Amino acid sequence: MDLGQVLANGIVLGALYACLAVGFSLVWGVLNVINMLHGSFIILGGYLTFFAWHLFGVHPLLMLPVVGALLFCLGYFLQAVFINKVVTAPVLTTLTLTFGLDMILYNFMTVYFSATPRQVTLDLGSIDLFGIYLPNERLLGMALALLLTGLLFVTMRSSSIGRAIVAVRMDRFAAALMGIKVNRIYAITFGIGALMAGTAGALFALVYPVTTNLTGIFLGKAFVVCVIGGLGSVPGALVGGLALGLIESISGVVFGPQHSLTVGFVVMLVLLVFRPTGLVGVKGYE
Amino acid sequence: MMSRLGLALFALWIVVLATTPFYADNSIVRTAIMLAMYSVLAFSWNFIGGFTGYPSFSTAAFFGLGSYAGAIAQTHGVPMGFAWVIATVFVAAFAAGLGMILLRLRGHYFAIGSIGVVEVCRLVVSSWSGVTGGGNGLNVPLLMWAPDTVGAFFLWVMLGLMVIAFALTAFVDNHRLGFGLKCIRQNEDAADMVGVNTTFYKVSAYILSAFLCGTAGAVYASWIGYIDPTDSFQILLTVKVPVMALLGGAGTVLGPAVGTAAFVVMEEFVWANFLNWNRAILGIIIVVLIFFLPGGLLKISYRRMINRLKGRESAGAPV
Repeated sequence: MDLGQVLANGIVLGALYACLAVGFSLVWGVLNVINMLHGSFIILGGYLTFFAWHLFGVHPLLMLPVVGALLFCLGYFLQAVFINKVVTAPVLTTLTLTFGLDMILYNFMTVYFSATPRQVTLDLGSIDLFGIYLPNERLLGMALALLLTGLLFVTMRSSSIGRAIVAVRMDRFAAALMGIKVNRIYAITFGIGALMAGTAGALFALVYPVTTNLTGIFLGKAFVVCVIGGLGSVPGALVGGLALGLIESISGVVFGPQHSLTVGFVVMLVLLVFRPTGLVGVKGYE
Repeated sequence: MMSRLGLALFALWIVVLATTPFYADNSIVRTAIMLAMYSVLAFSWNFIGGFTGYPSFSTAAFFGLGSYAGAIAQTHGVPMGFAWVIATVFVAAFAAGLGMILLRLRGHYFAIGSIGVVEVCRLVVSSWSGVTGGGNGLNVPLLMWAPDTVGAFFLWVMLGLMVIAFALTAFVDNHRLGFGLKCIRQNEDAADMVGVNTTFYKVSAYILSAFLCGTAGAVYASWIGYIDPTDSFQILLTVKVPVMALLGGAGTVLGPAVGTAAFVVMEEFVWANFLNWNRAILGIIIVVLIFFLPGGLLKISYRRMINRLKGRESAGAPV
């Protein structure tokens, strides 16, 4: 395979990874919680899209905002009812709690959706750019992933909710003194994290088959993207996602595809040790 | 730190488990072996997660590496007991090297790093098929004794490991090392300031949390006779073990044994009947544990509870 094709595949994959991890990064950066539910949110988004298309013929693009809204409600509910109660507890407590919640959600998905791999097939044709073969679904997935990530960036920059989230991330006590309802912001942030995960899952279902067995792998990829890019910022997730996409597609050619995941994790461990703030991370969020 | 009553109950518990081959059937003996094995893992985790307060999720890596080290040694003709020693030493050395690197991280980064280690170990073992058999797994030479004898033998070996883990915990708890670790849990920077050699203490705790997991893994491999990467490096195991320790009471001497006993008994006799909902029930237990039992079973004030019950009875009774 020539270099251009490998890089193009890496960039398509990387855009999806960025969209997949940005919610995880936001939750970690703002709430200081490692959200073990993230992988299941992604798969849930993918399954909802698939079944709406498969059973009722709803077009995946129409389904995208619906999936986003549903996942937002689920995330808001989980944070407001459960996680807010222990949000200031040590890592072990919050991580174990989200893992417990994840087991419940995962179990429901395997029972009601089964673990069969599902993929939406749209057959949009493909384009040939200077000898690089690109199916249109992938281009569509990439474009939408970048669009959603960009939308989140703009929201964080210029909406009042976004400014409140940033304020809470910087100093939760000062933010509370300024009249921000911190617990509500936490729930909204968690909801946004779930929304991004669900829509990323919906986009993944356009390009690759999704199954409940992938929850752990998607969660692992979110870890890697966050550590490579740095926490709590949208540009960090974008850089991390693209880096991971390129690392995976290049190492897939060099070492064989079965090792691409291993290489990603090894890069993560090395970066954790030598540069825990990530490539574009901000100091102080460790 | 531990009452004589607690010690007596622990001894009684060991006796109850050790005599199961004489009065119970094979499935109970099997459960007893698993219980002893999980107790070893929970006691081990308690050193780093309970005493030191570091959210370590690398138990599955130690267990899996131990089972593979033991199994590979055995398939190359090393006698069983010696293979267990090799696995123990190997895992201890691995933990020492890994600890030097990983323990520089704190909080979330340490948690993620320790989970990452499990994944890397699993992926390396499953792709290095020349030595480990890859995804096909590895067959370990079985003991050619009567099935009942084999069961009793492995039960006693596991219980031996459990007693060692308990003795180490009790020793560390009363020792300078345990004191230093508890200082680190409360405030690492302050501990460093007053002269606790934090790096040395943390790495020691990490090795303590690892080496018996390696032995248990090797013994498990010899007992089961077949291991594969997904079974040995389960991400579920790496969360189950801390949950057991938390259920009993992290950072206490008897907590891991109590928590493991409660967990395994529930697992075997309650939700084995709901096969499809296994994970969800475990998840619900975790949620309940976090909200209603934050200090574990040992931290509940039983005396107050009994008094309250008595009070209610006497209040209801005619005077």
